[in-house]
Amino acid sequence: MAPAPSSQQKVDLREPRSWRRTRNRIATALMALSFVLVIIPLGFVLFTVIAKGASVINWSFLTRSIPPNVLPASFGGIGPAVLGTLEITALATVLAVPLGILGAIYLNEYGGRRPLARLIGFMADVMTGVPSIVMGLFIFSVWVLHFGFSGLAGAFALGCLMLPIVIRSTDEMLKLVPDALREGSYALGATKARVTLTVVLPAALGGIVSGALLAVARAAGETAPLLFTILAVTTANPNVFSGANTSLPSQIFVNASSPYVGAEARGWGAALTLIAIAFILMIAARLVTARFARFVR
Amino acid sequence: MSIVTRDRQGQPAGSLAQRRSLGDRSFQVLTLAAGLLVLVILVLIAVSTSQQASSWFSAEGTRIFTNTWNPSAGQFGVLAFIYGTAITAVIALILAVPVSVGVALLLTEVVPHRWARPVVYVIDLLAVVPSVVWGLWGILVFAPWIQHIYGSVGSGVGGVPVLGALFGPPTSGASFFTAGIILAFMVTPIVTSLSREVAATVPTIDKEGAYALGATRLEMIRGVVLPHSQGGIVGAVLLGLGRAMGETIAAALVIGSSATITAHLLAPGYNVPSVIANEFGEATGVFRSALMGLGVLLFVFTIIINVLARTVVARSARRGRGA
Repeated sequence: MAPAPSSQQKVDLREPRSWRRTRNRIATALMALSFVLVIIPLGFVLFTVIAKGASVINWSFLTRSIPPNVLPASFGGIGPAVLGTLEITALATVLAVPLGILGAIYLNEYGGRRPLARLIGFMADVMTGVPSIVMGLFIFSVWVLHFGFSGLAGAFALGCLMLPIVIRSTDEMLKLVPDALREGSYALGATKARVTLTVVLPAALGGIVSGALLAVARAAGETAPLLFTILAVTTANPNVFSGANTSLPSQIFVNASSPYVGAEARGWGAALTLIAIAFILMIAARLVTARFARFVR
Repeated sequence: MSIVTRDRQGQPAGSLAQRRSLGDRSFQVLTLAAGLLVLVILVLIAVSTSQQASSWFSAEGTRIFTNTWNPSAGQFGVLAFIYGTAITAVIALILAVPVSVGVALLLTEVVPHRWARPVVYVIDLLAVVPSVVWGLWGILVFAPWIQHIYGSVGSGVGGVPVLGALFGPPTSGASFFTAGIILAFMVTPIVTSLSREVAATVPTIDKEGAYALGATRLEMIRGVVLPHSQGGIVGAVLLGLGRAMGETIAAALVIGSSATITAHLLAPGYNVPSVIANEFGEATGVFRSALMGLGVLLFVFTIIINVLARTVVARSARRGRGA
């Protein structure tokens, strides 16, 4: 290399403009554009739902009974659907979350690398891909045909959807718990069940709760599994264990295919309620993660 | 390494294992039962739905794969629905995959860490919007709006040979293409988050190597990131395909509900999940059995696709760790 001249010139070290650099810029711009393409429909949907739903929603809308579709938006509300969604989703959570956590404990604490555990883990992944309408048909043929429509049948269908999600998210969280914690408690003479229940689970609690909340959010918005398990009636049914019921998603589905303006408006109101429930669950999941995150990646 | 690791690989810890208390053992059995529940449910789904569908399979035989759907005349050939499912899923993937991979690469290679988080939140929000809300918006807002665009596109390409057959008039707001677009919105979060996970596993040293040789970012992505995450992205696309095929309510509202086989993408059509959702309520006898049978077909298809997808993802993850 030549020695630097005494009167130093300012050297431009940047690469000269070239087709390679231009292509790089175009690629970056395309990536940014793809994000914009994702935001537009999302913003559009949220804007429409909020704009059209907010004008309908008030306390009496959330609690009054469902009127005939022909009546304008100022009549009636979606009370039975709110009640149905709350009770069916709660029942599904009670059924699926404990079983999912137990299943994940088997995968992570007992199964390890055994073929059976790997098969179950793999099939749990596959089960997350089973279409929700198939879950509805399944519960229809094993439960509804014998015991009739009920909120319980709907909760079974939603529970089948939630189970693999809970197993997967809990399994991920249990993997993050350091082995040193387990070894410490074994050294004190604790049994495996005791170690799992009093040391491992509490350590992973935040992540488990947050995963469960996300599964609930997913289930609360599902319509297809409820179509043939709870039907969509217009009267409130506080008894979740027997008799046809209704839910927010089912009600939106019915109203979306109705030609009446009042039904449409109630549909938007129900949609805003449903999205609000899903968002609250999602935000709660984030808060729980932030609050209890002890072993994060 | 340690007692726990050996124990977790399934080796009982010698004679101590015999002395485990009843509570300890019953807890293990309980967790095993919960794990087995997954397999039990999957088997039960297959058995119970096929049983319900058997009268359709036996009544129609091989005629189930013909294009004669006429429940009132007792004809239940379902080719039109399978065709509609394939077409809408393909449209959804063609629209969603480039965008999803673009966002995934944007997140892993371009945007600084601090900014990646809000972008991920936005993608998560997209996943949280319920299917039925997409459907409500699709049929009341999106379909009437896009009808105008279809109209002008249709008259524009009317005489052109191939495009005219695909997009020519007459057009309808509720159609294969509208369903494909709505499905694309719903598939995007899945494909994005999986591609992002895979792209994030590319070793930094490989990327830095490419940069050190003077590669631009695009060249680095094409030379390092894409070859490394190919398998994972294929898996993500397959999972998206499974979702697009099984997604019910949104498609049921915007697809137009007409059991026809046509190359015309802007015409109303039907797919497997929507016909089940729309007609199961009134169906009895062989009709109900036929809809159950469609459910069985859908289940088998999505299981195959998901098994493929998970296998591809797992294999590429193993290779990634080895590299």
